[in-house]
Amino acid sequence: MLEMFSLGIKSVFVENILLAYFLGMCSFLAVSKKVTTAIGLGFAVVFVMAITTPVNWLVHEYLLKAGALSWLSPKFVEVDLSFLNYIAFIAVIAAMVQIAEMAIEKISMKLYTALGIFLPLITVNCAILGVSLFMIERKYTLGQSTVFGVSSGIGWMLAIMAMAAIREKLKYSNIPKPLRGLGITMLLTGLIAMAFMTFSGINI
Amino acid sequence: MSNKKTFFEPFVHNNPVTVQILGICSTLAVTTQLKPSLVMGIAVTVIIVFSNLIISLIRNMIPKKIRIIVEMIIIATMVILVDQILRAYLFDVSKQLSVFVGLIITNCIVLGRLEGFALINKAVPSILDGLGNGIGYSLILVAVGAFREIFGSGTLLGFSVIPQSLYNAGYENNGLLVLAPGAFFLLGLIVWFQRAITKQYEEE
Repeated sequence: MLEMFSLGIKSVFVENILLAYFLGMCSFLAVSKKVTTAIGLGFAVVFVMAITTPVNWLVHEYLLKAGALSWLSPKFVEVDLSFLNYIAFIAVIAAMVQIAEMAIEKISMKLYTALGIFLPLITVNCAILGVSLFMIERKYTLGQSTVFGVSSGIGWMLAIMAMAAIREKLKYSNIPKPLRGLGITMLLTGLIAMAFMTFSGINI
Repeated sequence: MSNKKTFFEPFVHNNPVTVQILGICSTLAVTTQLKPSLVMGIAVTVIIVFSNLIISLIRNMIPKKIRIIVEMIIIATMVILVDQILRAYLFDVSKQLSVFVGLIITNCIVLGRLEGFALINKAVPSILDGLGNGIGYSLILVAVGAFREIFGSGTLLGFSVIPQSLYNAGYENNGLLVLAPGAFFLLGLIVWFQRAITKQYEEE
């Protein structure tokens, strides 16, 4: 239990998926202009990550891994389909995003209109695919993968919320013209990343 | 647009990283050293060129509604091919790039070029567009990679370039450049420098 908790804290703060591994930068830069939309997208990402990571784990464990098909018949022990990981994962993510979109539309029209176009765009958010790939590379168990997925999503949401809040204030400052937009955003992200680095070395 | 312009435009004036703001994740993540940056640049260029070509050839057969999924599948197939080739011939670099080869699937440059160019243009311009954008991306990658390797760890392609006498005189490698914040600062400064020269400003 404590181990899970420490993995969660680690992936939110110490190894933040955005600030330490640079995943999900595109939507981070594009959607961090207003706090409300940033929060909406943040929640959508947490939601999709929480579903796709365990599903991808199951797909990898019981369908694609070397020898994974042996539960079907002992003849398949030598079959290794792990090269199909990428295609399977991206298909699962695209399908899950589609299902999530339909579910949200049925359950809460308000949230659906608030998220708007960001929901389908999550498919190409590299943080989602990245979490699935990291979980395979680090050989997490099903429980660990779920915790890792949820907490990475939360970490990403924290980062985009912080950035959106800063950028709202930034409108009132006088920035050199060539630095406006992408330039200043990158410098700010660097500063936030430095602040998050102070969490490193914490052992729980 | 003429073919020549299609090819040269993405080098500076319409650079995928600094102007179109696509593919930032991998630009930052793989550039701690020059060698992985070079390999990554070539891999992405190959993938953009071939997926641009394929999509442009079948562009009239793709139903509008499912085009994203078709595009994702073609990109994922190309990425699997490149990944297998890297594993066979450049295993150490492939290990170093780890999940970032797989993440080319969600690299916004590839999807962005497919959506923005290959879907509405003939095969030859699409190849040139892919090649131009790939090279534009690689240029930024190589610049960032070389800078971070020289000043961050004092080597270039693994050979030490900073003379020992400098270290004896008190020079030290800048450890910040190897870490995440260094990458953000560096890209921010490159964007600043480029926009100051080309005078393309972004209004917030």
